[in-house]
Amino acid sequence: MIVGMERAEDAGVYKLSDDLAIIQTVDFFTPIVDDPYMFGQIAAANALSDVYAMGGKPLTAMNIVCFPIKTMDISILRKILKGGLDKMKEAGVTLVGGHSVEDSELKYGLSVTGTIHPSKVLTNVGAKVGDRLILTKPLGTGIINTAIKGGMAKEDSIEMVTRHMASLNKTASEIMQEVEVNACTDVTGFGLLGHAFEMIQGTGKGMIIHISNIPVLPEAVNFAKMGMVPGGTYRNKEFRINQVDIDSALSPYLIDILFDPQTSGGLLIAVPGKKAQKMVKRLREEGIEDAAIIGEVMEDSEERILVR
Amino acid sequence: MRNIVDVKGLACPQPVINTKKALEEIEEGILTVIVDNVAARDNVRRFAESQSCTVKVEEDNGDYHLEIAKGFSCEVESKPMEAKGNDNIVVYINSNLMGVGDEELGRILMGAFLKTIIGAEPQPKKIIFINSGVKLATEGSEVLESIIEMEKKGIEILSCGTCLNFYGLKKKLRVGVVSNMYDIIESLIEADKVISP
Repeated sequence: MIVGMERAEDAGVYKLSDDLAIIQTVDFFTPIVDDPYMFGQIAAANALSDVYAMGGKPLTAMNIVCFPIKTMDISILRKILKGGLDKMKEAGVTLVGGHSVEDSELKYGLSVTGTIHPSKVLTNVGAKVGDRLILTKPLGTGIINTAIKGGMAKEDSIEMVTRHMASLNKTASEIMQEVEVNACTDVTGFGLLGHAFEMIQGTGKGMIIHISNIPVLPEAVNFAKMGMVPGGTYRNKEFRINQVDIDSALSPYLIDILFDPQTSGGLLIAVPGKKAQKMVKRLREEGIEDAAIIGEVMEDSEERILVR
Repeated sequence: MRNIVDVKGLACPQPVINTKKALEEIEEGILTVIVDNVAARDNVRRFAESQSCTVKVEEDNGDYHLEIAKGFSCEVESKPMEAKGNDNIVVYINSNLMGVGDEELGRILMGAFLKTIIGAEPQPKKIIFINSGVKLATEGSEVLESIIEMEKKGIEILSCGTCLNFYGLKKKLRVGVVSNMYDIIESLIEADKVISP
C-alpha cells in the first residue's frame, strides 16, 4: 500500500511490482445540470480526475447508476451513459461494466482503475518552501450551479460552466508528470482554500495566495453578491476561517469564491519556483488557458494561508 | 402591507428564490422572511440588498427574521418621519483611549463613554473598533461588559480583522464579529452620522 486512508486523498494506490502500482477511485453524484448528456460527461470527468490528480493513467472504468425507473424516462439514462462513455473515450479509458440500482434520486458516476509508476505517485503531501502553486481551472462552479438551480443563470454562463466541469484534467496531469512537481490535489468539495490547506496541514509550512491571479468564472462574483451561494461555501469557510488570514480590503464576495465547493474542479499543483513560469506556458500552449500561478508555499510554523 | 415568507428547512438557493418571488409580487412595503440557518440568512440578505432593499435581521430561538423593506417607504410604518437622519448612527472607535493626554485618564474616559452611550437616544446602530480600539472588545478588557450589553441591545459590534491579527488578539475576541475594511467603509458611507470619541 502506497497511499491509503491516512491522508485526505480521494484515491488509493497499491504497489504491484517495483515499476507498477494501481490507483483505484470511485465518485458519483446527483445531477448538477439539466442536460443529461452533459451531466454524464461531467460525472465521468470528475471521477477520472482523482486518478489524474495523482499523476496516474486511468485504464478501465465501471458505471455506477442509481435511477428512478418508475418515474423517469429511460432515454434520460441512455443520454447520461452516452455522455459518460464519450468522456471515457476521450480519456482513452475502457468501460468494462457497471452496476445499477433503483433509487428515488438519480445518481451517476464511475469507479476507475489506473496505473502509475510507484515512485511517481503524487499526493497532496510534498510541497516545499518556495514552491509556486498553479491552478488549472477557474473557480466558481458551486455558485454558478446554485444560480442555475435558482433559474438566475443565462444560457451562456450555463454553457461555459458546463464546459469547464466536463473538461478532463488529463493534459494538465501529463504535463505535471513531465515537469516533475512536488504535490498535487484536485479542487473539489472543500473549495480552493480547503484543499490548499490539506497540502500544508501538519507540515509546518504556510501559503500565500494572490487573489488577483486566481482565475474566476465570469458572473460568479455577481451571483455571490445576489445570494446564490451554496450552503457548502459557508460551511467550508466556517471550517477553515481560523487558519486563513485575509486582507480586510478584499471583497467578501471574492473570498466566498475561494471557499466555493467545485464540481470537477482543476488541479492545484505545487511546483518548484524556477519551473513554474515554464509550466504555466506549457499548460496554456496545450489549451489549458486559465492556468495561472496563484500563490507560493512559505515557512510558517502556524500553518496559515495568507490571502492578499 | 405585511407579508411573511417562511423558508425554514429549505436548501439554498430556494430561500432566495422564494424571497425573489415574494418581492416581485409587491410594489413596495415590508416583507418578513423567516430562515433557520446562517447560509440562508446571509444569502437572503445579500439578495435583498442587491435589489436595493434595506434589511433588518433579528434572531429568534435559532431562527432569523429578515425584515426587508422595498420601495421608497423604506421606514417601518410606525416611525415618525423626523427620525430620519438619525436612523443610522455609527460609533467609530480608533483607539483604546479617549482623547489625547494622560493615558490613565484616557482609559477612564473611554470606560465612561462606552457606559454612557448604552443609554443614548437614538441608539447607535453599529460600533466599529479599529487599531488599538479592538483591545476593548477582547479578553481582559475592563469595558467588555458594557460592550456585551450593547450587543444584547441589538447594536452591531464590528472589530477590524487586520487589527486583531496585528495585536495577536483574534482568538481573544469576546464580543461582536470580525470585520473587514470593505464592510467598515460601507458602514461609514451608509451612516447618517459617525461619532468618534
